[in-house]
Amino acid sequence: MDDSLLAVRARGITKCFGDVVALDGIDLDVAQGRIHGLVGPNGAGKTTLLGLLLGLAVADTGRLEILGAPVGRTFTAPDGVAGFVDGPGLYPSLTARQNLTALAALRGQDTRTAGIDDVLDQVGLTDVADDRVRGFSLGMRQRLGLAAALLTRPRLLVLDEPSNGLDPAGKKHVHGVLSRLATQGTGVVLSSHRMDDLEALCSEVTILATGRVVFSGPLGKLAAENRELDYRLVTSDPQAARRLAAETPGIHMVGGAGGGQRGEALVVRALVPAVDELVARLVRSGLALRELAPVTSPLEAAFLALTEQDAAARPQQTRAQQQAAGR
Amino acid sequence: MTATAATPTAGAGRVSVARGYRFELVKLVSQWRIRLLVLACWIAPALFVAGVGQQSTLPSDTLFGRWMLATGWAGPLVTLGFSGTWALPLLTSVVAGDVFASEDRLGTWRHLLVAVRSPRRIFAAKALASLTVILLLVVGLAASSTLGGLVAVGNHPLVALDGHLLAPGDAAGKVLLAWACVLAPTLALAGIGLLGSIVLGRSPMGLLLPAIVALVMQLAQMLPLPVAVRLALPSWAFIAWNGLFTGPAQLGPLLIGIVVSLLWALTATLLAYLLFLRRDFTSLTDEGSGRRAVTAGLLPLAALAAATVAVVAATTGATGSGISQAKVQHSLATEFAHLYRMQTWQLNRPAVTEAQLKATATCNKGSVRVAAEGPGNDWRCVVSWHLPGVQATGTAVYQLDVTSDGRFVADGDGPKEVNGYFLVRTPTGDAPNPLWQFDGDLALLRTSKG
Repeated sequence: MDDSLLAVRARGITKCFGDVVALDGIDLDVAQGRIHGLVGPNGAGKTTLLGLLLGLAVADTGRLEILGAPVGRTFTAPDGVAGFVDGPGLYPSLTARQNLTALAALRGQDTRTAGIDDVLDQVGLTDVADDRVRGFSLGMRQRLGLAAALLTRPRLLVLDEPSNGLDPAGKKHVHGVLSRLATQGTGVVLSSHRMDDLEALCSEVTILATGRVVFSGPLGKLAAENRELDYRLVTSDPQAARRLAAETPGIHMVGGAGGGQRGEALVVRALVPAVDELVARLVRSGLALRELAPVTSPLEAAFLALTEQDAAARPQQTRAQQQAAGR
Repeated sequence: MTATAATPTAGAGRVSVARGYRFELVKLVSQWRIRLLVLACWIAPALFVAGVGQQSTLPSDTLFGRWMLATGWAGPLVTLGFSGTWALPLLTSVVAGDVFASEDRLGTWRHLLVAVRSPRRIFAAKALASLTVILLLVVGLAASSTLGGLVAVGNHPLVALDGHLLAPGDAAGKVLLAWACVLAPTLALAGIGLLGSIVLGRSPMGLLLPAIVALVMQLAQMLPLPVAVRLALPSWAFIAWNGLFTGPAQLGPLLIGIVVSLLWALTATLLAYLLFLRRDFTSLTDEGSGRRAVTAGLLPLAALAAATVAVVAATTGATGSGISQAKVQHSLATEFAHLYRMQTWQLNRPAVTEAQLKATATCNKGSVRVAAEGPGNDWRCVVSWHLPGVQATGTAVYQLDVTSDGRFVADGDGPKEVNGYFLVRTPTGDAPNPLWQFDGDLALLRTSKG
């Protein structure tokens, strides 16, 4: 990809806290106008990486470019970047509107033209704009944090677990805002443990484990990887479907001879081509296919497989161990 | 909202201290407890002073308390004494002691740093905002108590600590100056509050530090410490304003107290600033560190205290308690003479001057075997005076309770018609006897008369 189209370009980023290596030679590309998911188990280094993007910390080694400009060795938030890590920073004694007004005033914006009402509307908080944040739920705080970030019209938005505590309506607002921003050319980096959110929003994901990148690329590439998934299958004739599945090459019945029967549903384990073949046979036999879906999403399955493999192969390294290995 | 964003348009670059200051003020004033404190400081003193003005029982154990029915200017001074002991340490604790720790509690440091982009400016904005609120509270205490006193009691002359009458205009000036003087030790406590808020983070000790330091220093002032140590503590300035109400005014101890307080304020604030710049903000919260509190907070301030004690001792030559027999005798005789004139006027007798009275006092501590010096409630004095055209020498006995900060209470022991009874019969009815009990203030540093 043309470097000028990258919102984030990181090469060989390493960050240590004392003896603990939080990030170990991370490479990351985030395109402008794309939503990039960051996934990883607790302690994988997601928050540290997001903190580097927000200018809260400086990498020990490596090169980081944000919106085309190299990030220096001193602490400073890069221009055009907005977001939050570890939850949005809100003052509970102020109302939602006062929080945003204070932020706009702090940044030297004219509070009358800063678009406070507009961003409150975008995240669905217009009705509670004059309520104190003290009484806000976690989801409302997340949405207000997003509104604060929007206030600055960012070109790179960095969000840590933005879906925490969101109800379906809140999720809809947040997804809508993020998708719209991406359409308008803003690069979005978000971390989440909610695989369904990431699959719904992201075009690309990076999976981190113990400070290293174990996968980075389009979501579709994850599904296409040579990895079997469990699929839940519901047809008009479960017995016939079970027989056809048993006869199809590459299809393994989950749960033994019983075929993983869960009521009318059948659970099978297979690669994508084998599933395609099974579907063709079902249709040719005149069976109605009512449901076919992975029991575990491809992203989640890949996440579990990759991170478990990595954790087993490489426990969290200390700086001393890393240096010893380097020698 | 703590800023979580860097904008490429408006406000790109660092946020000015003025904007940060406004932001910090908004945050402080939006807290209900700060609003409550402001309200209390601007209303409660007026209600207290006005309420006492309607009572027959006076807070006579407090300096100027016995004059609260006589003049409205006694009220703000009683409030000042109370404030120096309790209110100001607690107010600085709540405001300055929490101004940094509150960000730890709310988890907003990262966002604030991203928005302001300069720890130096954040420190300046927070320090200035907390000092502004503290100043607002102090002004409220002073204004409210003064207004309450003037409205409820009236703009009358004030009896000073050497017994002479201060005209209302002079009293007003000295009351204002006294309140201005306690700003210095208040700043010292505020500096300690900032330091505690940074060093101890979310720990409750950070919030309580100014109050605890003030309490310890007040206890130290009650102990029979050498006068050089006493003057070298910032808490001295909470007491030293008493010297404004003697004649001549005891400006030396007052100035020492102010300078020492400002040194403490400067040192504590500088330590807080340096520690803040060195803080690791990658941690979401700061629970504080006992070791850091000792090495970065306690030890430098202890070194400052030791240095100021040495400088005060060397420059003033002050030794011992500063309370000598000569000082007690001189202060008592001077004050008696002034108050005798007041009693003479009350009783409608021919006026006399202090020079004509030639009042003298002879004091000891009850026994020749006990050295007549130092604090104690065992001082016994006989005051003698002369009246024009009268051969006989008048004498009156007093028991004195002299505290280690130089303040004394003289309790008349007779004769009854001079100082043995709390009332005197005047042509217009019974009135409080000014010679029965009165407060005084000794000059702890050496004086030409002392």
